[in-house]
Amino acid sequence: MFDVTFVTQLLNGLQLGSIYALIALGYTMVYGIILLLNFAHGDIIMVGAYISWIVMSQLGMSPVLAIILSVAGCTLLGVLIDKVAYAPLRDAPRLSILITAIGVSYFLENGAQLVFGADAKVVPQYFEMDNLMLGDVQLSSVSLLIIIVTAVSTAVLTYVVNRTKLGKAMRAVSEDMGAARLMGINVNNTISFTFAVGSALAGIGAVLYSMAYTQASPTMGIMLGTKAFVAAVLGGIGSIPGAVIGGLLVGLAETFVSAIGLSVWKDAVVFLMLIIVLVVRPTGILGRPMTEKV
Amino acid sequence: MATMLSVKDLHVSYGAIKAVRGVSFDINEGEIVTLIGANGAGKSTTLNTVAGLIKPESGTVEFQGKSIVGVKAHKIVEQGLAMCPEGRRVFTHMTVAENLEMGGYTRTDAENAETIELVYEHFPRLKERMRQVAGTLSGGEQQMLAMGRALMSRPQLLMLDEPSMGLAPILVEEIFDIIKTLNQNGTTILLVEQNASMALSIADRGYVLETGKINKTGTGQDLLHDDDVRKAYLGG
Ligand SMILES: Nc1ncnc2c1ncn2[C@@H]1O[C@H](COP(=O)(O)OP(=O)(O)OP(=O)(O)O)[C@@H](O)[C@H]1O
Ligand SMILES: [Mg+2]
Repeated sequence: MFDVTFVTQLLNGLQLGSIYALIALGYTMVYGIILLLNFAHGDIIMVGAYISWIVMSQLGMSPVLAIILSVAGCTLLGVLIDKVAYAPLRDAPRLSILITAIGVSYFLENGAQLVFGADAKVVPQYFEMDNLMLGDVQLSSVSLLIIIVTAVSTAVLTYVVNRTKLGKAMRAVSEDMGAARLMGINVNNTISFTFAVGSALAGIGAVLYSMAYTQASPTMGIMLGTKAFVAAVLGGIGSIPGAVIGGLLVGLAETFVSAIGLSVWKDAVVFLMLIIVLVVRPTGILGRPMTEKV
Repeated sequence: MATMLSVKDLHVSYGAIKAVRGVSFDINEGEIVTLIGANGAGKSTTLNTVAGLIKPESGTVEFQGKSIVGVKAHKIVEQGLAMCPEGRRVFTHMTVAENLEMGGYTRTDAENAETIELVYEHFPRLKERMRQVAGTLSGGEQQMLAMGRALMSRPQLLMLDEPSMGLAPILVEEIFDIIKTLNQNGTTILLVEQNASMALSIADRGYVLETGKINKTGTGQDLLHDDDVRKAYLGG
């Protein structure tokens, strides 16, 4: 029999896991196409949360506008980071671009601290929502919304990647950039598109995170980004379903470890999970063995 | 006969390695021209440079009268010059049909729907396997896919880099027959081959490339019967 706390914790775990999944998708897509661990990806979430805070708290404008501007802002920022910081290094050694990503991450964190201060800001509630009752179990409507939005976003992404022309071009570029050029594919545009999609998902993640946890702080992206990165590797970096499964597993593990009173161990458990999976399956749960890059 | 491609005094280096040192050649509309040479002679480097994947140090490349040096590879495809690269390089995680669709990236869906039927006519085996993932095709089938994929852009000039590499003799015959048919149907062909006797026997003209330089040129038949060429590339 399901008891009340189990259902509540399950929902909490899926809520957190969904947010990790959305962020993990961006990591995995960018890695898939240019083999870059985009360390600045977590910080994009932070910027998204601040945009919502500015729009609603500072400018007193509507939550719908806050959502639109957060997602649009993250999308633009992701593309801009690629164009300014990564694109000039496309032919440079992978280590240079990795270090650049770390630099961008510091830049965003310190920039936010400079502009907004180190203290967390409270992001107002976007919508008033009544919780649902299932028998005598109260279901958080925010949790349900987060799970549904994540499921829909993942479905749309899967469709785009598998069925649309740009999505197929993404897959072609990620397998063999030179061959993709010979097909007439504009590789730079395809990479920009990948950053745009990954960052839009991060923007959605930023809004959902702010709905659930109502805070924006300059360093919020660090732990979120790290967990989502672990989720992406756990699921198999480069794999879209892998990122979702990894995200949910990390979210559920953290929540249940905390629920049984071991919350100080939750991060350790997540990293332990990662180590075990990588020992058993070095490519992650759904990762493919590395195909040779030509 | 109009000149389709004209390469003059091409120099290409990889860092300190000079791979191509002053290569010049022409291809006329409707011809099959072959570039033969030993391993490392610079054949692939020449083709990759013409296709826009590598920038030359100096020299000119004109396609249908227009310079294409410095033009991005994806724009060169749009102008009607396609290349089927060495080692096939099909997209192994994508299906046969998706690979062909990528080949027609610069074309409209309507054009692709037509072209794909032509490709399936040349390569009926691809049609049977259209939903199969390309990585699971045999080497010969992958070569057919790579050629079919290059044809999807409806090129005026098709460059083929060692299409017979690693194939059984019977498949080599089949591939060369298809190259001849494509040419008869109006596609100009630049063929790079290790299999010099096969290549020269179907080519109108050939160029012999040695350590980055053209050292001999003539009709396919002349080169096939040339003593130096026979010794160096045809095993006696
Ligand atoms: N990416 C590269 N970096 C450095 N050197 C290269 C690179 N590609 C080719 N070379 C060098 O350039 C020279 C010409 O190589 P290329 O591949 O053009 O020869 P090829 O005639 O196509 O030979 P093969 O018949 O073996 O395919 C060789 O000496 C090769 O080692
Ligand atoms: Mg070669």
